[in-house]
Amino acid sequence: MNIVVCLKQVPGTTQVKINPQTNTLIRQDIKNIVNPFDTYALEEGVRLKERYGGKVTAISMGPPQAEGMLREAIAAGADQTILLSDRAFAGADTLATAYTLAQAIKKIEGYDLVICGRQTIDGDTGQVGPELAEELGLPFIAYVNKIEETTTGQMRIQRMIEEGHELIETPLPAVISVVKEINVPRLPSLRGIIKAKDAIIPVWTAHNLGVDPSMVGLDGSATRVVKIFFPERVRHGEKLQGDLEDQVASLIEKLRKSRVI
Amino acid sequence: MEYLLNEQQKLVKNLARKIAEERILPVRADLDEREEFPWAIMKDLADSDLFRIFVPEEYEGLGGGCLDLCLIVEELSRVCSGVAVTYAASALGSFAIRQFGTEEQKKKYLPDIAAGKRLTAFALTEASAGTDATALRTTAEKVAGGYVLNGTKQFITNGGEAEIYTVIALTDKTKGPRGASAFLVDKGTPGFSFGKKEKKLGIRASATIELIFRDCFIPEVNIVGREGMGFIQTLHTLDWSRPGIGAQAVGVAQGALEAAVDYARQRVQFGHPIIALPAVQTILADMAIQVEAARALVYAVARTVDSGAKKITEESAMAKVFSSDVAMEVTTKAVQIFGGAGYMRDFPVEKMMRDAKITQIYEGANEMLRITIAAELRKRRGRRE
Repeated sequence: MNIVVCLKQVPGTTQVKINPQTNTLIRQDIKNIVNPFDTYALEEGVRLKERYGGKVTAISMGPPQAEGMLREAIAAGADQTILLSDRAFAGADTLATAYTLAQAIKKIEGYDLVICGRQTIDGDTGQVGPELAEELGLPFIAYVNKIEETTTGQMRIQRMIEEGHELIETPLPAVISVVKEINVPRLPSLRGIIKAKDAIIPVWTAHNLGVDPSMVGLDGSATRVVKIFFPERVRHGEKLQGDLEDQVASLIEKLRKSRVI
Repeated sequence: MEYLLNEQQKLVKNLARKIAEERILPVRADLDEREEFPWAIMKDLADSDLFRIFVPEEYEGLGGGCLDLCLIVEELSRVCSGVAVTYAASALGSFAIRQFGTEEQKKKYLPDIAAGKRLTAFALTEASAGTDATALRTTAEKVAGGYVLNGTKQFITNGGEAEIYTVIALTDKTKGPRGASAFLVDKGTPGFSFGKKEKKLGIRASATIELIFRDCFIPEVNIVGREGMGFIQTLHTLDWSRPGIGAQAVGVAQGALEAAVDYARQRVQFGHPIIALPAVQTILADMAIQVEAARALVYAVARTVDSGAKKITEESAMAKVFSSDVAMEVTTKAVQIFGGAGYMRDFPVEKMMRDAKITQIYEGANEMLRITIAAELRKRRGRRE
């Protein structure tokens, strides 16, 4: 099986600060990590390779330092990597990101499956997976928690829905997004890390991809970030006065008024 | 402190720490409580290639040295000594194969040991022979095509769980230590069974068990080196492995120090965190000095071993004795800083104190090793070195 796994480098903390002037993330002193959901995607890709043979290509769009993350992907079992990096790609929303990734994936010969994490922990949209499938003209299955069986050109998978599971058969190639229940990602191995250190990480630019410049980066984005802000926390607490009986009576009245009881 | 570790050593240390914190920390209290063998963690260590570190590259290892091994043991022991010793015992049990084994023995056993598929154990101690290794009673009688083992080994780390055992037995009872030989015994060999599993004070995740040999036939190809070399091989093995016990001791002491500092920072008495009290500060500072000194000695000795030095008995004993005494002292002080909480099993320091004790006892009791060091001093003076 020829598997493509999409990875994104994200800030490794949930306490990200925002610059109030520019409305962008303050990235100083923040350690970047692989988007946690993507680690499950990579692990599943590597497990499928171990089960059925083939290779895993890890792909990411991001700044040059995302190279380090792709080395980690090699240490974790990826066979090759592609970094899509170009100033022209900067500022991309999910649409432009999906377009760019799709153009790159189209250049990978004979791929059977594209695996994404269910969403990133920075943007949190969960849109790139489905948009990518749309760009590639492939079926998309979200929230996959188990890959049951793969035969030539066909795959049986299980995905999580609100009140249970759905068993789905899909033709291949296809795009899927996975949830964390699907596996426990392995720890890196020493031999993997040693291999990763010497690996060559090819960088593809807009020129290499031959993309339409108006379709990538900020220019290719259908959305604009107008403002990022923390919602103001407003607490309407009220302390009930009087002795216990008064308090109970007043509480019941309030609950009745607000139609809770 | 800058210990000038090379690329591979830094890598190995970081990876061992990652495994310790992500995989061992969440289960260590449970493993201790239930005295459960840490198979899942051994699998993690195997998948991460950490068993390859002590196996030469020709046999699918990564050819690391004594220092690489010490770094791993220290990091594992910082979180759980029981897990650390289980890993380290496999390095110990395979030393004779690596150092004195035939090409066939190496080819047969080392790739599986490197892959972590088969654990090993080293079996020397008996009921009558602990510190006095010359009082062995297990015999290996020469018969056609091999040897027949009879006797019982006691307190064998990894016993029952390991697949490969290096067993020291007497091939000639009349020659004393010169009559001992080392044999490789596979688990499942007819006549080889397991006895009582020990209930221990500390390192409770590790398995400690009796090995029983009743007319157990060992083919000739499984003797390590020549007949009569077993005692010398044992001394070499222990010289090589003692820095690892030192690293285990440094690890548990480091874990206790960190826990004590964290606790002292957040425990408020008399309106202030207790770390503001000079009495507590002095204890913590002494702990830190001791741990760092022990680490420096262990690394220096490990580097001496890796330099290919022929005679390392004295240095390796020093690393073990000093670090294990430090571990006992530092973990005891950590419990003291925790006060009543430290005595409770809800906090990790009482376990560390229990785990530390064994490092003063096994692989040569500290008293015995001090005598060894003194003997070396005397000999060296005699040679006017």
